Amino acid sequence: MNALQNPSRRKFLTDSTALLGGLVIGFYLPATGRAYAAGINPAKYPPDAFIHIAPNDEITIVVNKSEMGQGVYTSLPMLINEELEADWSRIGVESAPVAAVYNHTHMPMQLTGGSSSVSSSWEQMRQVGAVARVLLIRAAAAEWGVPEGECHAENGQVIHAKSGKRSGYGKLADAAAKLPLPEKVELKQPKDFKLIGKPTRRLDTPAKINGSAKFGLDVYLPGMLTVLVARSPVFGGKVKRYDAEDARKLPGVHGVYQVPTGIAVAADGFWPAKTARDLLQIEWDEGEGAALSTPDMFAGYLELAKQPGLVARHDGDAEKGMKAAHRTVSAEYEVPYLAHAAMEPLNVVVDLKPDRCAIWTGTQAQTMDRAAAARIAGLKPEQVEIHTTFLGGGFGRRANPRSDFVSEAVQVAMAVGKPVKVVWTREDDMQGGNYRPMWADRIEAGIDKDGKPVAWKHTIVGQSIVEGTAFASFMIHGGIDATSVEGAATLPYLIPNLEVELHSPKNAVPVQWWRSVGHSHTAFVVETMMDELAHLAGRDPVAYRLDVLPSASRYRGVLQLAVEKSGWGKLPAGRAQGVAVHQSFDSFVAHVVEVSLVDDRIRVHRVVSAVDCGMVVNPDGVRQQIESAIVYGLSAALHGEITLEKGRVMQSNFNDYPPLRFSEMPKIDVHIVESSKEPSGIGEPGTPPIAPAVANAVFALTGKRLRRMPFGKENLA
Amino acid sequence: MISFHLNGKETRVDADPGTPLLWVLRDHLQMTGTKYGCGIAQCGACTVHLDGRAIRSCVTPLSMASGRKVATIEGLADTVLGRKVQSAWHEVDVPQCGYCQSGQIMAAAALLYEHPHPSDSQIADAMDGILCRCGTYNRIRAAIKVASGGEK
Repeated sequence: MNALQNPSRRKFLTDSTALLGGLVIGFYLPATGRAYAAGINPAKYPPDAFIHIAPNDEITIVVNKSEMGQGVYTSLPMLINEELEADWSRIGVESAPVAAVYNHTHMPMQLTGGSSSVSSSWEQMRQVGAVARVLLIRAAAAEWGVPEGECHAENGQVIHAKSGKRSGYGKLADAAAKLPLPEKVELKQPKDFKLIGKPTRRLDTPAKINGSAKFGLDVYLPGMLTVLVARSPVFGGKVKRYDAEDARKLPGVHGVYQVPTGIAVAADGFWPAKTARDLLQIEWDEGEGAALSTPDMFAGYLELAKQPGLVARHDGDAEKGMKAAHRTVSAEYEVPYLAHAAMEPLNVVVDLKPDRCAIWTGTQAQTMDRAAAARIAGLKPEQVEIHTTFLGGGFGRRANPRSDFVSEAVQVAMAVGKPVKVVWTREDDMQGGNYRPMWADRIEAGIDKDGKPVAWKHTIVGQSIVEGTAFASFMIHGGIDATSVEGAATLPYLIPNLEVELHSPKNAVPVQWWRSVGHSHTAFVVETMMDELAHLAGRDPVAYRLDVLPSASRYRGVLQLAVEKSGWGKLPAGRAQGVAVHQSFDSFVAHVVEVSLVDDRIRVHRVVSAVDCGMVVNPDGVRQQIESAIVYGLSAALHGEITLEKGRVMQSNFNDYPPLRFSEMPKIDVHIVESSKEPSGIGEPGTPPIAPAVANAVFALTGKRLRRMPFGKENLA
Repeated sequence: MISFHLNGKETRVDADPGTPLLWVLRDHLQMTGTKYGCGIAQCGACTVHLDGRAIRSCVTPLSMASGRKVATIEGLADTVLGRKVQSAWHEVDVPQCGYCQSGQIMAAAALLYEHPHPSDSQIADAMDGILCRCGTYNRIRAAIKVASGGEK
């Protein structure tokens, strides 16, 4: 056994990094501000943390990012193996425990989000693979008494061509692990890549087609009880009094406990727990959240949008520009709260002992969750283990800055005194808050005599998602949450007088990042307004955008490619096209959407998409993510809406919060722009431009402007 | 005690007859391939076969399974058709998060059992009840066509 073979001996598992201590570079990096430390010190990421080689040549890659569908259990092993040169068919994957070595390269914590997994691991993982390969070659050269430079690695073997000697990695791992780490390794040039850039099947597919993939909900411990918690029907409400007599009498029920979030029922499985929870009589002190109703909130937001806010961008003089404009237009937009609605409802398994706590859950935020669990249980972070399972969808919900679902589960475990699995029903999950914020936007814009945009004033109203969290200190500057204005303050069009302002009202509804975060609403607003200006100017919306995009802009490439592949302007009667282009997470996406009306409602037939995400690791993974991001965004554009009445969430399950179904699925063609730039995000950037592309297509078809999401119920006759 | 045939094996369960089959499979038998998504037959993640037909196990009481044949994703590879469907799913690389895929595959297998060469509208009818938040629908359609011996 050696350190490469035996995970329990991995010495790096002592972790004393202070959470969020000072050195945070940031989750959201500006496109030009990414400073790569060229040549990471190999000692910082010892290969044995990421690569285990068994004597039979089986290789396990330890992945420090959570697999939630985005393909990271395939793309990160591809990065490693590009340099490791192992036999790809012998590679398996396991999830990393919590340790400093597994932290995100941009921040002192383990976290999966911001579409940053590949971009932030791009150099790190290739280097890990290269260091391991160098050590394996050195071990072989020493054993054979030949110069290291005469040996090379290929398909899981080290080969000395001159003598014909060859050895599998499994036989060399023991000796390789004893060698000192090289001070520096050379990484391949992109032209020499063998695996990066080749369409590669996902390593997790076999387990996901035979029922063996383990999600959090699939974890069963001996003696474990299933717990459902009755939470306040109004955000911020507290239990006033409760009666659990009937619930306690049910067979299979072990106990009923008051916990900080509500009343917990512990039973021998989901069904008795659910049945018993339905029998609880609870009186709630609802608090001020009971005053919240969606129509009033939008009315208040739109009123605020007319007031001056904090300035997020200021070019020229928008007011003067507007006065001098030949023609002006103004519009108000409403987008609702949205639930993430991952297919796997939230759940956490906790086994709490006096001196340790083991947690199994599908989390995107291991370090934060561990810190929260330790704080609640009165343990040190090192006494808390987090076992990251597969995530049945994440979309941001499973990276909660308040560690809401993990914290509650530890509180439940303390109350129950046995191993517990806390399960959220679909209704709990949908009504549990932590939504994409609702937003109201107001834009005034003006064009000159030639139709060019000369003035643009955009006012955004909505809650900050990071206010009050550990992320606030580096994501809020001058009162402006960068995620509230992303995509709006970064408007790429050349408009001389441009102002973006923000209001961040507060209320009791907990809010959080949701696939593509602020871009999920700003792209809709700015890209439909650009379409509106093009029509005001009597111009084609594609040509109009190209006229006002900077000449070297990467927006142009995706816009032109999507339009070229779409057969722009050539459609049968009854159909129309719309286009939108947006940059998020340093990647550029344009969609051309083809729609018609079926029974006076929108029907999306086809989406032609072009993406520029820099160098591509797995082209099929990129296609999957664009397809996925389109469907996620279409669900929101057509159907998604969480509304409140007297503080109560009016939606509860997939019958009243309907995601896109099979029969509504458009044909999707994805085209990838060839690039030699470093990889950028892919999980989220396909979502923002889909809603505006649909709205713009509907305008082309019907002459009606859609300024309120969702649009699926609109009768467009 | 209620007994039924689960993936070809006689199985006896001591549970309230009103318990949904989903929770009998998961909590009593630890057959976790069948998933909970909504509990009200809206998402299809819990789809299994009852006497060869696709049903939503989250709203099917255990009593209804009494004496009948239940097949889950864990038993799918026991049949030629099941292996064909799984191999098509692998070839097209359908899953993303994977959570809904047991339900998708069981629904597709029931469809192909009834209609070995389904039309597009038969595919849409059979699959419309199974939600996927990752948006794998087009790949599901392609995999069903591969499994039925047609074109992607």
